[in-house]
Amino acid sequence: MSDRLYTKDHEWVDVDGDIATVGISDHAQEQLGDVVFVELPEVGRAVAQNEDAAVVESVKAASEVYAPLSGEVVEVNEMLAEDPAQVNADPYGMGWFMRIRIDDPSELDDLMDEEAYKDFLADLE
Amino acid sequence: MSDDADLKHTPLDALHRELGARMVPFAGYAMPVQYPSGILAEHQHTRTAAGLFDVSHMGQVRLTAKGGKPRQEAARALEALVPAALQDLEPGRMRYTQFTNETGGILDDLMVTAMGDHLGLVVNAGCKDGDIAHLRAHLSDTCEIEYMESRALLALQGPKAVAVFSRFVPQVAELAFMQAATWTFEGERLQISRSGYTGEDGLEISVPGHAAESLARRLLAEEEVLPIGLGARDSLRLEAGLCLYGHDIDTTTTPVEAGLTWSIQKARRSGGGYPGAEIIARQIAEGPARKRVGIRPEGRAPVREGAAIRLPGGETIGAVTSGGFGATAGGPVAMGYVAAGHAAVGQALELELRGRAVAAEIVALPFVPQRYHRN
Repeated sequence: MSDRLYTKDHEWVDVDGDIATVGISDHAQEQLGDVVFVELPEVGRAVAQNEDAAVVESVKAASEVYAPLSGEVVEVNEMLAEDPAQVNADPYGMGWFMRIRIDDPSELDDLMDEEAYKDFLADLE
Repeated sequence: MSDDADLKHTPLDALHRELGARMVPFAGYAMPVQYPSGILAEHQHTRTAAGLFDVSHMGQVRLTAKGGKPRQEAARALEALVPAALQDLEPGRMRYTQFTNETGGILDDLMVTAMGDHLGLVVNAGCKDGDIAHLRAHLSDTCEIEYMESRALLALQGPKAVAVFSRFVPQVAELAFMQAATWTFEGERLQISRSGYTGEDGLEISVPGHAAESLARRLLAEEEVLPIGLGARDSLRLEAGLCLYGHDIDTTTTPVEAGLTWSIQKARRSGGGYPGAEIIARQIAEGPARKRVGIRPEGRAPVREGAAIRLPGGETIGAVTSGGFGATAGGPVAMGYVAAGHAAVGQALELELRGRAVAAEIVALPFVPQRYHRN
């Protein structure tokens, strides 16, 4: 089991100290299909938990990506501009979206661990 | 996934599911939007080899005149509903046209094929009930109108499509673009035309529903052929500059505004005889107030249906009607309507995307050269 946490909107969060790396789950990328464009926030932007922070476009449609936690965007995955297909190929690795400096660690309590997320997905079926 | 108890199913439904398709509701049918290889790979495969599409949801209608010569009189009768010339359509030839309304708007677009003793019509799935009612209301005194509901329709599209199919029916190689004929294969009558909706060479094959799965399996067993879903069908037709009914054309757009005047033969451009003929003739003579154009947004972000089209820093002159990612064009592509004074190739535009402006330019359609097999 990994230590990744998940939202009900299918973002994942990997916490290292006060920095949270954020992406979309394997389930999310599979549902979206081929990703052709990712719009990322500006570095330095303050985002609130559940605020629109990025947009992921598949061939079919555009979908919002929400900030799982409040904080400042300190880094974004510039490589996705050139190679958005990494979101499909490696959603938990090369396909990450952004890093956020966490404002309020108590917001982590709102997220699911991997087992809870698996149960959540099973309920969606 | 979505509850499809209320949806209709094509004769290939079980095969789609066996192939791992993601099924979605479309025009009242459960249809494959993509297979496991994904929309981009399906799109590219169709451009480079051969893709098999299930388009059995489309309406196949047979029109036969009750008196006189059955095909010729049906053609004369149908000319009362569409702007295309049909009386001079020779057996084995097909034309693209539209059902128009009194204001010159488009009720549906369709293909008309002249066969020996009848006309074959193929209409859009979402419009077919209305189209059949329209035909019955206007033509039932003079024509038999048969909805061929038990027939399936397959499309095999791509540069290898004809070579593949000629392994089963060698004569298809002799068809030219927009030609059709009927052959018997394994005891079943197939009506095959060299036509399609991808911009590529290819065939459309009308087959009895009970024989469709076996034919599809035979084609999929050929190494050049992959199954292709509605997702790639949409991106392929968009790159080919082809209209999608309900998006690029509808009851508020005329064939002239839509850039479809080529489908109105000269003999019918000034005369009347079909709904909205006066408005359409005037637009042909004077030019329409707005035109459908191809648009290339700068950058990588797809701009989708509904986005406002503006002059740079200025007024809104139209809206996007189809937009997405062109896998062969290598970037976002769109179509939309703009005021006729700003419709020239090279015109700079701005498109509204998530509250900001994306620079764009009007370009010639199609985005990807059509590769039809013309004689």
